[in-house]
Amino acid sequence: MARTSFDLVEPYIPSLRRYALVLLRYDEQRADDLVQDCLLRALSRWHLWRHPGNLRGWLFTILHNIYVNDVARAASRPDVVEIQDYFPAMAVPANQTHSIQLKEAVRAIQGLPDTQRQTLLLVTMEGFSYDETAEITGVPIGTVMSRLSRARDKVREEVSGEDRTRGRSAT
Amino acid sequence: MNEPREDEIQALVDDRLDPTRRTEIENWLVLNPDAAARVADLRAQRVTVQQAFDGLLDRPVPARFRNIGAAQATGVGPVWRMAAMVTLVVMGAVGGWFANEALAPDEAVTTAFTRDAVRAHSLYVGEKRHAVEVNATEEKHLVAWLSRRLQNELVAPDLSEQGYQLVGGRLLPASVAGPAAQFMYETEAGERITIYIEQDQSGRGNDFRFTAYDGVSAFWWKDGPLAYVLIGTSERAELLALAQTTRRQFTP
Repeated sequence: MARTSFDLVEPYIPSLRRYALVLLRYDEQRADDLVQDCLLRALSRWHLWRHPGNLRGWLFTILHNIYVNDVARAASRPDVVEIQDYFPAMAVPANQTHSIQLKEAVRAIQGLPDTQRQTLLLVTMEGFSYDETAEITGVPIGTVMSRLSRARDKVREEVSGEDRTRGRSAT
Repeated sequence: MNEPREDEIQALVDDRLDPTRRTEIENWLVLNPDAAARVADLRAQRVTVQQAFDGLLDRPVPARFRNIGAAQATGVGPVWRMAAMVTLVVMGAVGGWFANEALAPDEAVTTAFTRDAVRAHSLYVGEKRHAVEVNATEEKHLVAWLSRRLQNELVAPDLSEQGYQLVGGRLLPASVAGPAAQFMYETEAGERITIYIEQDQSGRGNDFRFTAYDGVSAFWWKDGPLAYVLIGTSERAELLALAQTTRRQFTP
C-alpha cells in the first residue's frame, strides 16, 4: 500500500512533542504549536528530504530551527507550568528517593542555558549521536561535546548540592 | 596510557566508545578515583534523565496532529485519503491498546519500546519482497552487523523446533535510545513473527509480560542490557513457547 509522507513522520510525533514540551518548559499549548509548525513545514518541503535519509534527525532539525528563530526569540514566559504539576505524566517509580532524584535532575536541566539544555536533551533523552546532534543544532561537533560536558557537570553539581543540604551523611 | 580526553569521557558515559579504548579508560579510572566518581555520577545522571522524561512519550496524540494527515490526504487523491484513514485506525488501535492496559509505573517505561516494536512488526510483516533488509542467507553478516550497532552480542535464535525459519532482519530507529534490531521468522504456511530488540538503560530483568490487541499479540521482557519483544498472531501459548526459546538462547 502506498504510504503518504504523513505516515512516515507520524511515528516521530510522540518524541517531537516530548522534546518540544521539555524545551518550552511544559507549556503544552506552545509546545504543540511548535510541533504542528514543524510537521507542516516538513510536509510542505518534503521534496527537500533526501530519501533514504535520517528522517527523525531531519524533523528535529526543522523543529530546532523554528524554536531558535521564532519561539525562543519571543522570550518572556511568565505562564510557566510548575514542574511538579507535570510529574503525574512522567514515569515516576514508587521509590521515594528515586523520584526526588528525578525532580532534582529535571529542575537542574531546566535551569541550564538553552544551548546546553538542547544538547543534553538531544543526546541523553532522544539518544541522538554526537554527529546528529551537531547537525540538528547547526554547530561543530566540538561545540556539542563542550556543551554536553558543561551541562552534565552543572546538573551533577546541582543535584549533589541538594543532597548535601538534605544531609548526605544519612545515606 | 594518556589521560583520556574530555570527549572520550562523555563517550564513555554514553556508551559510544569502542571496546578497546573503553577498557583502557576504565583501567585508568581505577587509579583516578575523582574522575571515576564523576563518571559514575554522570552515568547515573544519564539514566535518571532518560527515566524522568520517558513517560512523556505516552501522552495521547491530540486530534490536531491526525488532522494534518487527513488534510494532506484530501485533494490529493483516493490513495492518500485511504492511507490517512488507515493511520487514524492504527493510531486509534494502538492508543486504545495502551489505554486499556492498566500500567504500573515500571511498565509505563516499557511502552515506548513495545509500541515501536508493534509498529515495526505491522509495517514489515506484510511485505513480500522487502520484508527484511538482510536476508537469512547472510545470517552471519546480519547478526554481526546488528550486534555491532546495538553494542551487544545478539543471536538470531533458532526456532526451527517450533517450525519457524529465519527470514532475515533489519536495523530500525528506536524512539527511546539508539537503534533497534528486528528479526523476522516464518512458518512453511507463511505465518510470520518478529523479534524486536533494543538497548535498555534500566539494566533490570523481568518476567514475561503479555499484551494483545486486534489480532496482534506480544510478549516482552528485559534481560541485562537489552529489552525484547516477540510479536505474532498465533495462540498465546505458542508465542510464549517461542519467547521462552528466544530468551534461553540469548541468556545461556
